[in-house]
This record gives sequence, structure tokens and C-alpha cells, in this order.
Amino acid sequence: MHARTGLLSSDEENALSVKLVFLGRLEDLAGGSSRTVPLEPSIDAVLDSLDPDLAKALRAPRVKLAVNGILLQDTDAPVLKEGDEIAFLPPVSGG
Amino acid sequence: MTLTSSDVRLLHDPFDPAHELGAFTRIHPEAGGVVSFLGQVRAGDEVEALELQHYEPLTLPAMKDLAERVCQRWDLEGLLVVHRSGVMEPGDPIVLVAAAARHRRDAFAAADYAMDHLKSESWFWKREKAGGEWRWIEPREQDFEDIARWG
Repeated sequence: MHARTGLLSSDEENALSVKLVFLGRLEDLAGGSSRTVPLEPSIDAVLDSLDPDLAKALRAPRVKLAVNGILLQDTDAPVLKEGDEIAFLPPVSGG
Repeated sequence: MTLTSSDVRLLHDPFDPAHELGAFTRIHPEAGGVVSFLGQVRAGDEVEALELQHYEPLTLPAMKDLAERVCQRWDLEGLLVVHRSGVMEPGDPIVLVAAAARHRRDAFAAADYAMDHLKSESWFWKREKAGGEWRWIEPREQDFEDIARWG
């Protein structure tokens, strides 16, 4: 994969997206278990593009994140790419 | 440490714990003891249904990691972990853990440890339906205390 910077037409850029997955009670807040949103370079930027109440809930300290099934550590700030799946994981309620 | 075979499954449909336990016991004749735990949906509390939600990329891999830790920590002949996901009704089996060992203490401890860690660490989100309304269940403090016993 090579970096694509500013070489795409706006139509092609619009087609680039990431998938957000909401687990547990976050599903109710988001109004669905997943949604596809336009690709932004960072998770912060993706969150900024959402409804502020939802973004606040997703940024809660006890909500963990996984990108493509890999759990993020607190300090991780991955650069997102087309097709990434970002999961928002509230505290588990146990099996 | 001997190489232990573990059988870890995440099921979306009901299962028969007696059948699973019978099959597990039969393939481990060298075990002197098998300790099992069955968790089922509790009747009463006006709960009509329970739903466990999982996240495919995390839930089963973490269950397998846990099974591996259990097998390294105790001397087992075999370990079985079967866990449901999806909607269940009161009386339905949720989880079956069985540990087969040459000696019973290993089997008791391994099954106990596996359950404590499944309850508090597994990637499951739970909601209950009562009076026609679904409600998400928050983590229980007791589950964290249970897991703290193991150091």
C-alpha cells in the first residue's frame, strides 16, 4: 500500500470509508450495531465527525477500542486507512 | 508440562451440556477426575430472556488464550470451554467448563479459575429482557473480587 495524498478526485475520496462497530449499550446510543463513515486520518477526527453526544460516550475512559480486531493501548493513535474496522468496547458484563 | 488438548467453542445455537460432557469424558479416559461447571440462565427475577453479544475478532481468540493459560498453570489431560452467544431463555445453558486431570485438585482449581476469568474478562456484553424491555447489564463488583483471588 502506498500513501495517497491529494491525488484523488473528490468523488473517489468520498468513497473511502471506515466501519464503526458499537458493542453493548453503545449500540443503543448509536442507533445500530455498526455504521460506515467517511475515512478520516485519525480516530479523533472520525469521532469529531459524529454527533457530539455519541462522540462523548465513545470517548469515555472505560470504553476500549480495537482497530481491525487489535486492541489499542491508551497511547495508541493509529493512522486510519480505507476499510478499517474500529470497534468501541464498553466494559464487559461477563459471560 | 505436558501438552494439554483444549476444546474451546463459541456457539450461536443451544447445546446439550450432558452430551458435551459425556463426549469430553470419553476422550480422556486417562483422567482420574473431571470437574465441570454449567452456567444457565437463572429463572425468576422476571427475566424473560438473556442476550449475550460478542465481537467476533476478539471473543473467541481471548477464550482460546485463557484456555492456554489454564493448561499451562495446571496439570490437565484436557479442558473444555463451550460458551453461548445470542438470545437465551431461562433454563438454557450459557457456559460449560470441564477440566480433566489425573488428580482432582488440578481439575477443581482449573475449572474455578477458568470460570472466574470467563465471567470477568471475556468479551461479552449482556442484556436482559424483563417486562418486554431490554436492559444492558453492567459489570458486577463481585466478578472483579473473584478474579483478584488468583493473584
